[in-house]
Amino acid sequence: MSGFLAGLCVAVLPLLAAGFWIGRRTARPESLGGLGTPVEHATFQTLHTASLATPPLRAGLTEETAGRSARRLRSLLGTDALCLTDRETVLAWDGIGAHHRTEIMERLGGPLETGRGEAFRLGCDEPACPLRWAVVAPLTVDERVHGALVACAPRESAVLVRAAGEVARWVSVQLELADLDRSRTRLIEAEIKALRAQISPHFIFNSLAVIASFVRTDPERARELLLEFADFTRYSFRRHGDFTTLADELHAIDHYLALVRARFGERLSVTLQIAPEVLPVALPFLCLQPLVENAVKHGLEGKTDKSHISITAQDAGAEALVVIEDNGAGMDPERLRRILAGEGSPSGGIGLSNVDERLRQVYGDAHGLVIETAVGAGMKITARLPKYQPGVHSAGRLPRQ
Amino acid sequence: MNQNYAVPAVALVVVATVLVGAFGLRISRTTSDFYVASRTVGPRLNAAAISGEYLSAASFLGIAGLVLVQGPDMLWYPVGYTAGYLVLLLFVAAPLRRSGAYTLPDFAEARLGSQAVRRLAGAFVVGVGWLYLLPQLQGAGLTLAVLTDAPDRFGGVLVAVVVVATVAAGGMRSITFVQAFQYWLKLTALLVPALFLVLAWQSHGAPRDAFDEPATFREQRVVRVDDTLDLKLARPLDVTATGMVDARPHTDERIRLPAGVHRIERGTRLTFTEGDPVPVAERGSNGGMSTSLAAGREERPLYATYGLILATFLGTMGLPHVVVRFYTSPHGVAARRTTVAVLGLIGAFYLLPPVYGALGRLYAPELSITGDADAAVLLLPDRMIGGLGADLLGALVAGGAFAAFLSTASGLTMAVAGVLTQDVLPSRGVRHFRLGTVLAMAVPLAASVLAGGLPVADAVGLAFAVSASSFCPLLVLGIWWRRLTPPGAAAGMLVGGGAAFVAVAATMAGYPGTGTLHALLAWPALWSVPLGFLTMVLVSLATPGRVPAGTAAILARFHLPEELTGGPLPAGPPRTGADAKEMQA
Repeated sequence: MSGFLAGLCVAVLPLLAAGFWIGRRTARPESLGGLGTPVEHATFQTLHTASLATPPLRAGLTEETAGRSARRLRSLLGTDALCLTDRETVLAWDGIGAHHRTEIMERLGGPLETGRGEAFRLGCDEPACPLRWAVVAPLTVDERVHGALVACAPRESAVLVRAAGEVARWVSVQLELADLDRSRTRLIEAEIKALRAQISPHFIFNSLAVIASFVRTDPERARELLLEFADFTRYSFRRHGDFTTLADELHAIDHYLALVRARFGERLSVTLQIAPEVLPVALPFLCLQPLVENAVKHGLEGKTDKSHISITAQDAGAEALVVIEDNGAGMDPERLRRILAGEGSPSGGIGLSNVDERLRQVYGDAHGLVIETAVGAGMKITARLPKYQPGVHSAGRLPRQ
Repeated sequence: MNQNYAVPAVALVVVATVLVGAFGLRISRTTSDFYVASRTVGPRLNAAAISGEYLSAASFLGIAGLVLVQGPDMLWYPVGYTAGYLVLLLFVAAPLRRSGAYTLPDFAEARLGSQAVRRLAGAFVVGVGWLYLLPQLQGAGLTLAVLTDAPDRFGGVLVAVVVVATVAAGGMRSITFVQAFQYWLKLTALLVPALFLVLAWQSHGAPRDAFDEPATFREQRVVRVDDTLDLKLARPLDVTATGMVDARPHTDERIRLPAGVHRIERGTRLTFTEGDPVPVAERGSNGGMSTSLAAGREERPLYATYGLILATFLGTMGLPHVVVRFYTSPHGVAARRTTVAVLGLIGAFYLLPPVYGALGRLYAPELSITGDADAAVLLLPDRMIGGLGADLLGALVAGGAFAAFLSTASGLTMAVAGVLTQDVLPSRGVRHFRLGTVLAMAVPLAASVLAGGLPVADAVGLAFAVSASSFCPLLVLGIWWRRLTPPGAAAGMLVGGGAAFVAVAATMAGYPGTGTLHALLAWPALWSVPLGFLTMVLVSLATPGRVPAGTAAILARFHLPEELTGGPLPAGPPRTGADAKEMQA
């Protein structure tokens, strides 16, 4: 007997727990209404329902988002049926009477054209169908009609017309915000595209001048340099993919340095230490070359003696650590900070802030450039590139050797 | 064993590892050498690195010990350890590389786009890594105890300290070179002494009775029993005993032991004469690597063998330190070539430990009684050759054994520390990586010091079983099945890997099951792998709405050569032929 009792207790315990849990779950919306007067209670509930309908709509007006928000919108209006349409079809129908779809789309022509709401009587053959009236409220974004919200009810009601109009306006605002989100994303993408392959016109001009100077004295060298130039420009003008591999980027830097050394000769020396493990790492296209260009410029600035640049790429667990260092003029840290914040003079280091910006956009704020410098002390730029980042894949494979 | 040579050899290996790791690539290069510097790691170098990282203490010492104690049945171990790469080559290598993932959690995220699955995979990486580190540390302790008179656990602590110091200080920068160096060191350390041992065997008239049952003593041999044990005799045996036998004291008396079980107290000396069969010892746990889960094997040998085969064949692909090395290959085809080379290198290596095991059965059969069977590789040169030559060969083997501990332990520590820093500890940074390193090593070290007496024998096999039950379904279904969903992957890993983990934990805690239950727990792969696959498939089918968007594009990238794909993902419409042509141009 006692064994039976114990078994019963054990069986009842999970039931109690489940009941308690369900009670908590279902009680939550009620607790909202525990505050204030019945009017305030109603307000809270309306606002709550409205806030629940918002998130899907922020992704724009599609079949999926309309389907998810239609139920909330219907409970907001308290009608028997509610439908959301775009300019051509019904996207979602919530409630009874879905056989009215085609009829409603036929009658929508006018409101979609004028952008003004209207109410009309539904012709229905089914005696059991209670829907007799439809209220149409257009959804507009930037004065253009994107679709309509249609609420159906058994009888004509001025209140419903007013309410449907208000809800449609609220939905329109959400759609406008969605539009804004999209254009912001497009802007960022366009910015990346515009920034990604800026090789400086000065560099093209200087390179061609250097090559020209060798054409008579050393035609073989001139030919080699021309090929380097061709390789470098082909890489920087290529159009597929936003990402490349560290190996490809370093090859481009090598071509670039060959041209620069042809111009400056013995004044410039370069050391490279590259760990072969990190060569397959994917990174934003042309994001190291500007740093090298910057190091060359600063290294040679206001100096007549030799300048040294070192480029290292190390394997550091789940990241590759790329360090570019020069022993040149350096920079006032305060000025550098202004440049990176986008307030600097256009001449000084568009490259740096551009690279910094792109790294942050791709890898997050923790992966911006780290720059150590002072006036006269050279400059050391460190970039940490994660070996794996969702969505970052190099286009194409390494050239075979 | 002469420690005058062995200790410097071990020290030399440690110093060489640290130096190659730190300075392997610190040679500065000027731009004229740029192409040399930027050449990617070739398949052969990478394969040597993978092999160096993979061949652990279990391979270097354990297999010979197992063959010595249990005979040719144990040859399934080297076969399984090698064949795992065949499965890896056929189903996983190239797509895994093309996925761009560095670690297994990366793969989970790349394929399923779910942070939850990523974290779960991370947890399993840490678990498998710790399970695999444990026997490395214990093996190091055993080796050092045999070579010198150091206490049992000193070797483990030494390896832990060296590994944490080098990894945390960033000394493993050129890890590919270190690991490749370790492979060739290990191969040399087994191959050269093996040649001399085989020559010695020839000069003894090439006796061929290595696998006769039971093994017999070739000459008169005094055996000192270090731990109380039960001897099981099939036939009556005459021995000369000094000490306690069956609770009766003897002093250098010749006694006749009838067939049956006899208890030998610790400290007893038994003298066997030539031609005596080697009795079978039954003991509690003694911390050696080849005491093994022998009981389970003897009860269900066929089941145990299949469990072992499944675990090793399918578990290799989920070993965290092996997976990260594939990232070094520049593309999918290179990853495949690397795997083929690994098969060759590892296959060559695994020919050697069975030779030691067979010779051990001939020349040092008493090791199966004293419980030091794992030391067979270390002791054989002394036993068969003797003199200065033997000391030098012994030192070489000892150095190789330490290379095995160091390379596997450092690779595992880096993999575990990487996951801990990325997915567990709060923010990223170099300091956190150091913290992760310490944490990655501290747990298995504590386990090996505290639980030193447990039968960690097959911890490597158990790590394989967990990996096979959790990561093999994730990788194989992730790569080859487009209807896999995040809930399915999570459920499959939890159920399959979790069940294997429970079985492993029960076995390691010495759960006193007998018969079928014990065999099921000791060799879980045979039921836990299908369980993992089944759960993953069924839950995925039950949640068809959760198939990640862009699965088709992701799988296309996994399976198509790199020339045909590329660009950011999800890329929307697949690339057209025109794009592909432009890329080739």
